[in-house]
Amino acid sequence: MSTLSDPPAESFQLSQLLNDTRYRSYTFQFIALILLILAMAWLGYNLAQNLAAAGLNISYEFLGEPAGYDINQRLIEYDSQSTHWRAAIVGVLNTLLVAVLGCFMATVIGVVVGVLRLSKNWLVSKIMAIYVEIFRNVPVLIWILIIMAVFVAILPQPRDFRGDDPAASMVLDLFAFTGRGFYLPRPYFTVEWASGGTGWLVVLAVLVGSFFGARALAKWATATQEATGQRPTTWYFTLGIWFVPLAFVLLVMGLAWDIPALKGFNFQGGIFMRNSLIALTFALAIYTAAFIAENVRAGILAISKGQTEAAASLGLRPNRIMNLVILPQALRVIIPPLISQYLNLTKNSSLAIAVGYMDLTGTLGGITLNQTGRAIEAVLLLMLFYLTISLSISFIMNIYNNSVKLKER
Amino acid sequence: MKTTLMLGAMTVAGLAAGAAAAATLDDVKARGKLNCGVTTGLVGFAAPDADGEWQGFDVGVCRAVAAAVLGDASAVEFVPTTGKTRFTALASGEIDLLARNTTWTFSRDVDLKFEFVGINYYDGQGFMVPKELGVSSAKELDGATVCIQTGTTTELNLADFFRTNNISYEPVPIETNAEAQPLYLEGACDVYTTDASGLAATRAAFENPGDHVVLPEIISKEPLGPLVRHGDNDWGDIARWTLNALIAAEELGVTSANIDELAAGTNNPEINRLLGTEGTLGEMLGLDAQWAVRAIKAGGNYGELFEKNIGENTPIGLARGLNAQWTDGGLLYSPPFR
Amino acid sequence: MADKSIAFVRTEMLPQQAPPASQSGVIKWVRENLFPDVLNSILTLVALYFIYKIVAGAWPWLSNGIWTTSSLAECREILDGATGGCFSVLTERWNQLLFGFTYPTEEYWRPTLAFVLLFVAAAPLLFAMYVPRQVLYFTALYPFLAYWLIWGGTILIPIVAIAGFVVGYLAFTRVERQSFAMGLLAAVVAAALTWWIGGFVSGALSGFVALPEVPSRDIGGFMLNFILGVVCVSLSLPLGIVLALGRQSDMPIIRIICVVFIEFIRGVPLITLLFVANVVLAYFLPPGTNFDLILRVIIMITLFSAAYIAEVIRGGLAALPRGQYEAADSLGLDYAQSMRLIIMPQALKISIPGIVNVAVGLFKDTTLVSVISMFDLVGMIRGPILASTEWNGVYWELWGFAILMFFPICYGISQYSQWLERQLATDHR
Repeated sequence: MSTLSDPPAESFQLSQLLNDTRYRSYTFQFIALILLILAMAWLGYNLAQNLAAAGLNISYEFLGEPAGYDINQRLIEYDSQSTHWRAAIVGVLNTLLVAVLGCFMATVIGVVVGVLRLSKNWLVSKIMAIYVEIFRNVPVLIWILIIMAVFVAILPQPRDFRGDDPAASMVLDLFAFTGRGFYLPRPYFTVEWASGGTGWLVVLAVLVGSFFGARALAKWATATQEATGQRPTTWYFTLGIWFVPLAFVLLVMGLAWDIPALKGFNFQGGIFMRNSLIALTFALAIYTAAFIAENVRAGILAISKGQTEAAASLGLRPNRIMNLVILPQALRVIIPPLISQYLNLTKNSSLAIAVGYMDLTGTLGGITLNQTGRAIEAVLLLMLFYLTISLSISFIMNIYNNSVKLKER
Repeated sequence: MKTTLMLGAMTVAGLAAGAAAAATLDDVKARGKLNCGVTTGLVGFAAPDADGEWQGFDVGVCRAVAAAVLGDASAVEFVPTTGKTRFTALASGEIDLLARNTTWTFSRDVDLKFEFVGINYYDGQGFMVPKELGVSSAKELDGATVCIQTGTTTELNLADFFRTNNISYEPVPIETNAEAQPLYLEGACDVYTTDASGLAATRAAFENPGDHVVLPEIISKEPLGPLVRHGDNDWGDIARWTLNALIAAEELGVTSANIDELAAGTNNPEINRLLGTEGTLGEMLGLDAQWAVRAIKAGGNYGELFEKNIGENTPIGLARGLNAQWTDGGLLYSPPFR
Repeated sequence: MADKSIAFVRTEMLPQQAPPASQSGVIKWVRENLFPDVLNSILTLVALYFIYKIVAGAWPWLSNGIWTTSSLAECREILDGATGGCFSVLTERWNQLLFGFTYPTEEYWRPTLAFVLLFVAAAPLLFAMYVPRQVLYFTALYPFLAYWLIWGGTILIPIVAIAGFVVGYLAFTRVERQSFAMGLLAAVVAAALTWWIGGFVSGALSGFVALPEVPSRDIGGFMLNFILGVVCVSLSLPLGIVLALGRQSDMPIIRIICVVFIEFIRGVPLITLLFVANVVLAYFLPPGTNFDLILRVIIMITLFSAAYIAEVIRGGLAALPRGQYEAADSLGLDYAQSMRLIIMPQALKISIPGIVNVAVGLFKDTTLVSVISMFDLVGMIRGPILASTEWNGVYWELWGFAILMFFPICYGISQYSQWLERQLATDHR
């Protein structure tokens, strides 16, 4: 009996590999895999041959050798005797610094411009539209170069501050805005135990404490409002919670200001923000902000008009409608493109090389590559670093995106 | 597989340039052009003029080699390279000869596998400052902002110099000479440092060269010379002896003006050997007897090239100094032609 | 009595009165749009001041511009301290800015002609509904024609290239009935064979109807940006489609290959890929082959934009309702047919705005080649022009010019894409 219900024994034919959809995909994948392996082998073989012909080898030993060059901007200890690896890390940190500053600035400018572009004020919305179109449609490299050139050309140089009748002077005797960068007063603590990093840790702790204090106060106010219908006036308490402890701690630790002063060739003391950092951050920020503004505008327009009308009929005022009803919803539309703008900004920060900012491309992909001549190794490592940074950013931002996303079933 | 087909197709389509296998001389002859790597623009050494013609001292070396090998001083394809790209361009065969004021160092010679064929300019790293700063020595530069052209040995020398003298500075790395110029002129840096010859060339391009001084300290040895790949000694010999021919020609008094007369034969056997009327030096190189004549005619002997491009009568105004013939107290010393 | 109770009845309407001055015309508009409340009034005033500052700064600079000197020093002398632009740098270096400094002067007509013809070739693609379809034949010929015009050489090279494609197509139609894959294979083999044979012919007759050859190293200026942009976008479109299909494929190995490739390319900055083209790629090619830099850069930029285009198209594919795929299957179409006839036309339509965005971005990114010592428009400005003794220190004029070159093109393309989006919107909302 059983033999009757069996399907006829399949005779496998070679042509089935190509014509039978069951097997065809295996054939294709197999061919693709073979092609890939062949291509890789071909490239690898060429590389080996070329390297052998040139008598070179692939080796990352250079990373352990002293770099021999100085880097002006460094967030960690570094001098010319540090290794190439450390120079690369200094570069990574500088890349991250400009990326974080740029993303922050771009977001602020972008949101403001995006909202203003929808303003009923004709003139303002037109100006914003022109800003967006001009900055979106011209290469970012040109903006970086222009802003750097303008920065250097327009602002006075330290030499202009010199002499009896200087051409330039410090703002309020506190700030110096020069073509080499901005010199700002730097706070420090005179009391000995606080003079290291400890002082700042204390300040941070006090601020965290104030934050929770203020939150507790707001909670209490809300609870009272719900119970009695009257919201107690708390703003001076809040101010007090924020500023009294802070002022006290600062006073105890002996806060003082290190004010930049012209000594020798440069201003000395204070915080120094280099022209390359400022120009690069600013250029990247206003370029990316033009895109973010468009995303914000699209996000706001995506919220149906009924939402605005419903909010208005509840008696909310226009700015509260924006803050409480429109923006929270628009944010869900805005965030995914915002992530890719952040990624773009980070990748565009590699143009730092054009203004001499020592980011990853400037150290590892620049001077290290030049000095060691290890082009393949350095470029591979460079790509790996950027890949890691990009993937981390999209990973973190995707987590955030998932947390604010509407929970759908 | 597909890639090879694509490559084949592109070769057929004529997009691919010629090959660069071991025998560089054959490739150059087959191509009919010498690919010569130069800077992206340094007035006096290699820079395109307003008509797009490359001019300069390094360019002269390229032209001399082209004239010796191909018989045509204009059969040169100039490939602008940056500090970053020059070594790969040479190693990968994109260029046959790199004449881009490149410092001869141990690691470049041994580790990067290049062959320096000689020294065409003895240089050293110097500093240029505006006169108004009133600086007279590099040791007074404590705290100064220094513009450096990256991609050379410059930043290493600088780090060493300031470290040894225990003074601080603020380095501003700049990719090309062209970008360093405005930064320095606008005052975004106090000091500009690169090879002394480069400083002179840069200063010459300023509106008021007199407002700037080159400090007396020379903080490094920078023997600049043309280089070729390791491993093709025949080609290296041609480049080396073309350069030597230019130097020897000056020493022997052979100039582009009197060379036709001297090439007919003289009483000086060395001149005769050089110019091919005696002996078979050209054949030994794999060239013909007239190779040196053509090389010298291309732009003149070493001295003429120097005077025409960077000498005291040009805006760059470099003195011969170390680059004088050994007979005049300089370091130029060509091995004998015999 | 009754008629007395009615004091007054108007029998005809009064003529309409003009609205009050504050409620009509310019004044109303100004009131409503510029000064509706305090905050907006302040904003308006700030904006007006801002505009005034810009105009006041730019106007004398433009109107006093000097157009005819041969160096900055001369220009400053003529201006004699007055505000004014030294636009003579543009007139004097015009050719260099457009064509680079080594493209032979007497051949400038060739890229110019290719540029003009580009519009003819692009017209049937861009404005399909207004241009006769016959022009498409010219579009198909255009790449070969443009190659011949810009690079020169014998006309046999582009003819052989066309012949290869034609033979390949013929072979494809012959074998396609058996299977799509076989057809493709036959086409590739036939085309390669034609090119191989044609290579000998064109090599032997290199003087036949030949334009003077221009090596690609001599291409520079804005022309280089334009060539890179056009070539890379056109090449990356088919590659992007293939990658997008591969990423959506059911076959795990193919999908993984595509995902890794796309994510890798999108994770690194273009400049590192240009470094690869510039300093690394040569090591991965067989010893002896040596592409010139422009070709290597084209390869890397094409790979770069293909990855981005693939993501855009993937979005388009994902946006199609599942029913479309099922409908295609139920008609008995095989994969190639259903993609070609049902899925791709719709998916590409959805993706057009995204593709145009990528194209504009790519065109802007072509300026990055200046970082690897190629003399495109930005490279020309940063390098030879600003470094020259005559024009050392002319920023505004040169960068303004660069903006003027890029802005209209990029803006025009994005406006076009919005227009096209409206044209293609066949759903009625």
